[in-house]
Amino acid sequence: MERRDPREMLRGLLGPAAPEVGCDTCFDELDRFVELELAGENADAAIPGLRAHLAGCPACREEHESLLALAAEA
Amino acid sequence: MSTVTLRAVEPGTTDVAATQRKPSFDDESRAWLDDLLAKCRRKDEAISRLHALLLRAARFEVARRRVTLPHLRGDELDDIALEAADDALMSVLRRLDDFRGLSRFSTWAYKFALFEAAVKLRKRGWQGREIPLEPESWDRLASAQPGPDDQVELAGLLEAVRDGIANALTPHQRRVLLALAVDGVPIDVVADRLGSTRGALYKTLHDARRKLRAHLTERGLARGQWLEES
Repeated sequence: MERRDPREMLRGLLGPAAPEVGCDTCFDELDRFVELELAGENADAAIPGLRAHLAGCPACREEHESLLALAAEA
Repeated sequence: MSTVTLRAVEPGTTDVAATQRKPSFDDESRAWLDDLLAKCRRKDEAISRLHALLLRAARFEVARRRVTLPHLRGDELDDIALEAADDALMSVLRRLDDFRGLSRFSTWAYKFALFEAAVKLRKRGWQGREIPLEPESWDRLASAQPGPDDQVELAGLLEAVRDGIANALTPHQRRVLLALAVDGVPIDVVADRLGSTRGALYKTLHDARRKLRAHLTERGLARGQWLEES
């Protein structure tokens, strides 16, 4: 079995230190969050806890990356 | 999406004013809504355009992920994109009232197609594979050993975390945490196998992580700055 990076595994096990929203709130707010980011505005202040959630939830993080890339093209 | 919502953020800190203010739409978004809420042919044409928009997003997601699914043929991937666009269309039409103009309509709609495509691709990637059983997860957990250059605190932290997983969590929390954080099974796959939802499962993960952090704190251990995301 390949050796895993202990820090990476611990980050996944312990999760983000900051308060976070859940997956449903993340989905509801993701489009606004992305457009604030693209506009160079303070998305983290407007939607607290979403950035922390993205750090803790790989699935939502992937969808955020995709929406950011797609909306930037549009 | 499920109705379970994790609310760890302090009440009152979210931008409530933005979400509750009267909707105001940019011209393009207003046109989408007017067309989709119209009758007969105008509405049918708008739905057709919306489906094309969603299919573009679904194909975008498939293209980003296709390298992780080398065993799928191009037509199979396009079938997944089409199915994702179909499902996203239903979701968007069902939730039109939720759109409040806080983003462009296209961005709001895109997220449904990206979500549907991503979930289908994650499930397809795990089709026919079992979620690892606990002994295998413990082996994988044990494989995460500090290297010679690592801080000595890391070994103690790992040991305390293993102890916390074994003794501080419920069996369900332990199973979910190990599957997601140690075995790397996608949350949508675990949710599907357990008859749950992403939101409910993330709540379980969040509770398990909170217990683990408390377990460390009780033992005078901190996660350390070197564990924080850069």
